[in-house]
Amino acid sequence: MNSVILRTVAPALVSLMVLFSIFVLLRGHNEPGGGFIGGLIAVAALSIYGIAFGVGAVRRALYFHPIVIAGSGLLLATVSGLVSAFFGVPFMTGLWVTPVILGTEIPLATVMSFDVGVYLVVVGAIGAVALSLEEEEDET
Amino acid sequence: MSAASLTLFVLLSPFIAAALAPLATRLMGYRAAWLLALIPAGIFVYFARLSSGVSGGGTVTQGYDWIPSLGLRFSWLIDGLSLSFALLISGIGALIVLYAGGYLKGNAQQGRFFAYILLFMGSMLGVVVSDGLFTLFVFWELTSITSFLLIGFEHERAAARRAAFQALVVTGGGGLSLLAGLLLIWNVTGISDLSGLLAAGEVVRAAPLYPVMLILILGGAFTKSAQFPFHFWLPNAMEAPTPVSAYLHSATMVKAGVYLLMRLFPVMGGTVLWETVLPLFGAATLLFGAVLAVRHVDLKMMLAYTTMASLGLLVMLTGFGTERAIDAAVLYLVAHALFKGALFMVSGIIDHETGTRNLTKLGGLRSAMPLTFAIAMAAALSMGGFIPFLGFVAKEEIYAALAQGDAALLAACLVAVLGNALMFAVAFAVALKPFWGETLETPKHAHEAPVLLWLGPAVMSLAGLLAALFAPSFHAAISSPMASAIAGEARVIDLLPLPHWGLPLALSLLTVAIGIAFYVGLASLRAAVTRLLDAIGWGPDRGFDQTIAGLVRFATAVTRSLQPGRLDSYMTVTFVLVALVLLLPPVVYGELARAPFFPAHIPWHELAILLLAAVGLPAVIFAKDRLTAIVSLGIQGFSVAMIFLLYGAPDLAFTQFMVETLSVVILTLVMTRLRLSPSDKRPLVQVLPDAAIAIACGLGVMLFLMKVTEVPFDSTLSDFFEQFSKPLAHGANIVNVIIVDFRGTDTLGEIAVVMIAALSILSLIRVRAGGLRQAEDPAEETPAQGGRR
Repeated sequence: MNSVILRTVAPALVSLMVLFSIFVLLRGHNEPGGGFIGGLIAVAALSIYGIAFGVGAVRRALYFHPIVIAGSGLLLATVSGLVSAFFGVPFMTGLWVTPVILGTEIPLATVMSFDVGVYLVVVGAIGAVALSLEEEEDET
Repeated sequence: MSAASLTLFVLLSPFIAAALAPLATRLMGYRAAWLLALIPAGIFVYFARLSSGVSGGGTVTQGYDWIPSLGLRFSWLIDGLSLSFALLISGIGALIVLYAGGYLKGNAQQGRFFAYILLFMGSMLGVVVSDGLFTLFVFWELTSITSFLLIGFEHERAAARRAAFQALVVTGGGGLSLLAGLLLIWNVTGISDLSGLLAAGEVVRAAPLYPVMLILILGGAFTKSAQFPFHFWLPNAMEAPTPVSAYLHSATMVKAGVYLLMRLFPVMGGTVLWETVLPLFGAATLLFGAVLAVRHVDLKMMLAYTTMASLGLLVMLTGFGTERAIDAAVLYLVAHALFKGALFMVSGIIDHETGTRNLTKLGGLRSAMPLTFAIAMAAALSMGGFIPFLGFVAKEEIYAALAQGDAALLAACLVAVLGNALMFAVAFAVALKPFWGETLETPKHAHEAPVLLWLGPAVMSLAGLLAALFAPSFHAAISSPMASAIAGEARVIDLLPLPHWGLPLALSLLTVAIGIAFYVGLASLRAAVTRLLDAIGWGPDRGFDQTIAGLVRFATAVTRSLQPGRLDSYMTVTFVLVALVLLLPPVVYGELARAPFFPAHIPWHELAILLLAAVGLPAVIFAKDRLTAIVSLGIQGFSVAMIFLLYGAPDLAFTQFMVETLSVVILTLVMTRLRLSPSDKRPLVQVLPDAAIAIACGLGVMLFLMKVTEVPFDSTLSDFFEQFSKPLAHGANIVNVIIVDFRGTDTLGEIAVVMIAALSILSLIRVRAGGLRQAEDPAEETPAQGGRR
């Protein structure tokens, strides 16, 4: 789409959306948000970028093929579930550590990495579909 | 090594040898046969050493737990019956491996052949020594599969492929019937092993489902043992190389059905049904096989049909189940395995040395192949029932068993005489005619066979003679324990290869007399049978083809009608079904939702949102083009998201917003891809039914939701989540805690589905794009596209 307004606004808008999607992902455990929603926001961002600058630009910006992103997300989620096996608790049991970094307690958990996995799967899978569809449109 | 683990190793050794056979053959060529034959020979020795313990009536039962939760064991039962079979399988197996070494010498695929034949041997051993009903079934099907591989060994030929497929369908299908029968037995008795079952025959026979069990079991046994009308696969299986025909399709595998019947005789035998069905089918098979045998001029085909006849004879004898009938069946089974295997190998030698198996083109080979002639004659004399061969002992006992008794036995006796006479004629047609008379020109110049080829049949023919000459030791080691195991009580067989004055001898002489008459008039007999069959014109073999062709046609018709390839018909069917599922049950069961309670005061902003949603509807319906319609669809979606937000479900609202946005984007993209006309130009006759379906679906969903909200809300789960979300999962957002923690495994499955769906969509897009691109620009093979792929 050849719109000057969109091309001007898109970079700022897309960066904000991606940032927001990560914010939504990370705060998900205690407030509205989570991997699914975060992932969908990120895909929306990718779509806008694609509409503004073309699919090639999105693919270059992503660096990895979307399906690879989705696959690594699925792997991360599975591994997060398997960690519990090493601690003698059932599959998918949430494990927590709270290291103190620069005087602040940071709670980290396998459920968090699991949610990051969900985020990556949603971004990668839906992004891959959207990008391929947009691409065909560009070409024909 | 304990006795159990040693036996396990012995049972597994053929499979190990099969894995190593191709390598050995690559290193040693055809000489690998000498090495590989040591495995079956070793197994033979191992079982022979068990014989002293078993012949006294003892049994060996050992094993390991297989599926302990179901009480299933991988266990074996070695008694007189299984031991005799194991000796036949391993002994003949060793000879067959040697024979195959000579027969397939120079064949590039010989290693594969050795592997298959050893796999088969392991499976067949498994069948006869299995104690567990289900291990028996697994090995049973393994023999069908290895038989398939061996019949289709020369898979470049269409006839071999068809024969292999046919054998697999018939015997494998019978195997499923057997499985159903075994499951039924297990279900009724609760016993899953033969050793337990042998003591519970009363329970099985008294069960109301006994006829069903028996018929299902017979479905397995009759297909495997080529009983009429399931016999047609056996002659076709002659497409296999001759070592396979000699081993699987005469000496061992086809006897698996007979084995099963003998094994289950103490459990299921002796009933009216058993004594009616088995003799009837057995006699029909005997007569059919013997008559069909004389029609052919191909040595292997003649032998194949007599094998079928012999199997019928065995089933008939097992069916009558009198003491002497069992004795006769045991003797005939061993005798048949020896002489028929030898004759098959002889036919292979003739084929190998002269280049033809056509009876009418063979003659006068006795001077070129004297040793083969002697071996063939020894086997034929046993098959024809001459003193002092094992075949004679068996035949005397058959007549002795049948010639005393009621009308049914006498009728069977007549059938046996006629069948035996025909088989007599075939035996000498195969063993005498090619060697006698004037020398005929053959495609290859005939020479005496090399040692690898003649060793096997020589040993087997000789065994048929020695077993009769040393009858007391043979009976003590093999036939008495075997008959005892079948009868379920101690039996002693003490027959000597001497004529017994009386009716049996008279019948024997009658058989020989008729047999000689048939032999002399073989050509005219063949012409008569051919004329008869041509007049009938249809047989089960053709019926099989018709059934398979009908199945394929039926499947094609079903696929065509269900998958016409038109998206709108798929959509129509799907949504009509959705509407029916939603509307029919409430109407039929009178469970329609009540008119809902409508609150008096609704805040104005909620009303506004509802109005917005309602506005979305005409916007979609009256949109000028498709794109507008899709975007307008978003209006409703966003309104619903707003309602979620107002009623305290921010997560849901968020997701709904994003899903709506993305579905509008993706739908738009899909629509542009589909190259539809921009606007919807359906005629009214199509719009009205489509609208009716749409309204029915919407109404159904509405009524369904209203009904659901009528039911009092069960808060057990939400209470649990609320209570434990923070203390157990350290999360305040219950929705997210459920997704990533309480129901994390569900989520894992869901994201896997998302992944798979994305991959399939991607490949669909690529297939389509690739097809289009090729159509547009055939020169461009791998189109370069923006970005990496």
